[in-house]
Amino acid sequence: MPTLPIDCTVNGAATHLDVAPRTILADALRQDLGLTGTHVGCAHGSCGACTILLDGAAVRSCLMLAVQAAGHAITTIEGLSNPDALTPLQAAFRKHGALQCGFCTPGMIVTAHALLSANPDADADTIRDMLSGNLCRCTGYISIIEAVLDARAAYQEARA
Amino acid sequence: MNAPLVGQPIERIEDLRLLRGAGCFTDDIAAPDALAAVILRSPLAHGLITRLDTEAAQKLPGVVSIITARTIGMPVPTIPLRLAPLAELVPYEQPVIAQDRVRYVGEPIAMVVATSAAIAEDALDLIELEIAPLPAIVTNDDAAAAAALLFPDSGSNLCITYTARLGDAAQEFPGAIIVEDDFSTQRHTAATMETRGLLARWDAARGHLTVHGAAKAPWAGRRMLARQLGLDEFSIDMIAVDVGGGFGMRGEFYPEDFLVPFAARHLDRPVKWIEDRREHLLSANHAREFDAHLQLILSPAGDILAVRGRARCNLGAYMRANASIAPRNVAQFFSGPYRIPNIAIDTDVFLTNKTPTGTYRGPGRFETDFFRERLLDLAAERLGMDRVVLRRRNLITSAQMPHPIATVSAPVKAEELDSGDYAETLDRCLGAIGWDRLQPLRGQRINGRHHGVAVGCFIEGGAAGPSEHARLELGADGMVDVFVGSSMVGQGLETVLLQISADALGLPMERLRIFHGSTTYLRIGFGSFHSRSTVMGGTAILNAATTLKEAIRAAAGRRLNCAPDEVLLGAGTATNPSGAIVNWAELAADVPAAPGQFDNHTHTYAYGAHAAHVGVDIATGHVEIFD
Repeated sequence: MPTLPIDCTVNGAATHLDVAPRTILADALRQDLGLTGTHVGCAHGSCGACTILLDGAAVRSCLMLAVQAAGHAITTIEGLSNPDALTPLQAAFRKHGALQCGFCTPGMIVTAHALLSANPDADADTIRDMLSGNLCRCTGYISIIEAVLDARAAYQEARA
Repeated sequence: MNAPLVGQPIERIEDLRLLRGAGCFTDDIAAPDALAAVILRSPLAHGLITRLDTEAAQKLPGVVSIITARTIGMPVPTIPLRLAPLAELVPYEQPVIAQDRVRYVGEPIAMVVATSAAIAEDALDLIELEIAPLPAIVTNDDAAAAAALLFPDSGSNLCITYTARLGDAAQEFPGAIIVEDDFSTQRHTAATMETRGLLARWDAARGHLTVHGAAKAPWAGRRMLARQLGLDEFSIDMIAVDVGGGFGMRGEFYPEDFLVPFAARHLDRPVKWIEDRREHLLSANHAREFDAHLQLILSPAGDILAVRGRARCNLGAYMRANASIAPRNVAQFFSGPYRIPNIAIDTDVFLTNKTPTGTYRGPGRFETDFFRERLLDLAAERLGMDRVVLRRRNLITSAQMPHPIATVSAPVKAEELDSGDYAETLDRCLGAIGWDRLQPLRGQRINGRHHGVAVGCFIEGGAAGPSEHARLELGADGMVDVFVGSSMVGQGLETVLLQISADALGLPMERLRIFHGSTTYLRIGFGSFHSRSTVMGGTAILNAATTLKEAIRAAAGRRLNCAPDEVLLGAGTATNPSGAIVNWAELAADVPAAPGQFDNHTHTYAYGAHAAHVGVDIATGHVEIFD
């Protein structure tokens, strides 16, 4: 299978990839770059587990071809994490018990980060609406909404 | 010692990796040398395979092998029952791959192994498959009418009938009120966020197989696989990694649990298979599809005298490893937490051309709880009694325990409810939802929604089954390693078992490491199902901790010149009566690994009550849950 060269930015680093035209972005991130925090739950755009940031916007990496990422900036859960401390969203998820198996969690965190970065004052309805595209089978959603509400303070501070 | 960790709200240790996307689920295991497997599945519910030509597919560059029943050798192995096995169910076990007949949409027919999943999927399209269709048996009525037989040799689509009996429900009940109705529950499936997946490696020189992606009951899976492959059990390692949801579905032995390791050995190459979502919906265990006609017999004063009737299970195409549980439970647990002195319920288990079923979140109990609680509401209406009064009147009291429940035929085991205060959970539930305040809303139409309020009581089995095992090892770094047979299915096992371990040893959690669920950690272990891992694995750890502390006391006594029982253990320290102190780390070489085991073959039952306030939009059928 012939490949196409693409250049993009992944978690802040200039990245070159040679990918088959039919490769989805999620597979390229996971298999070519080893960024396995982006999870593929359905590969149909239904579950939201594979959500990444594309130029800051939350998008599903299973619904994009890798070649479409050329020239764009991608951020994955790894790019939103650091080894020293949990981020405010991660800490809030932990505090509120907003995860059990953790498979949907990277997609939840990335989606919530996109929302709170743009709108640190988002109310519960807005959060619920934004996360309605991310499925969880373990916890139910109440603790997840509570965690995102709790994390708003850190984003409000960052804005101020 | 500080306050016990058990009972404290501890932030989970597994969260630190899962929140960062740094967990390791099966497909996250780096295996650049692995071939990819994809499976050709039956597009028809029922039929005879008349042609299976893999020649064109085999020629596609990148395709390494196409495995069919012929590759494996006919008759191919079947998957035995793990739970409640019976000789009469053996004919209905699922073969690991279809041979000449397909019985459900999704049944494996061939497996393509190629250098990438994409190429393997391309090759699927090149396999020439022809199936002569047979009538599809979809419903229990179809199965009973038997326009076609799934297993022609058996002469019927009725796989087995389980009977639950207590007292004499067939007797006359003069003057009694009989309430009866038909009930049904629809099919469900687990739809875990992470689909199933396996990575198998064969080491030809050692004759050793390693299978990543094990879950739930890895030791049982290893035993089945060893028998099917003609290997010694200890020639196989089952490795559990992070698991994206279990719900009863994951970790049972499926066709792929044979096919993927078989391919790795057959080809002497690592093989990875990751289920896609469509396959998951077609092939992982379904659950819940029952119907029933039941009679509840009550005295005019509202005492339940008997229940009798028949339930039917739409089993799907085969009797899978844990498929006997739900139909048994539907019959056995109809009585739930209530005093029903006479019980006669039969469950007919019908083979149909649907995906086979298995356990899922309270198998059989969800179904029969609905049947019972609905009958109680109907009975209350008929008797003109308050629904709560009727329930409370019939709940088994603590003074009436132990209280027998119905015995199910084959395998027969008498069961009883040994303790509990069922009325208290009912009262607390009603208080929590504000039952009295909600009563005026019942049946009201408000903003286009009809309001309904209901309550139900239930029991839930757990904390039993085969023995569980653990081993504790004190290291020269002063850390204690905890090895346990319980497996993680996404439920927070690591934190819970470390809380228990830390309390038992008087150490902070940071001084402990946990290793669980892989057969490499323990020679014998079992796993997580039936709500058992905290009790079974946790108690095995407690027993091991007692042994470890004795060994530490003995070693410290020798070092500090005192009797073992004079040694005072602190958090990683041992002190003699004169105050001389030694750290556990210094004793490590003298402290042998401490095994622990816990057995509980008696079923125990938790209990509760559940109330809901919902609104139904009659125009659309949409249900909104208010509380």
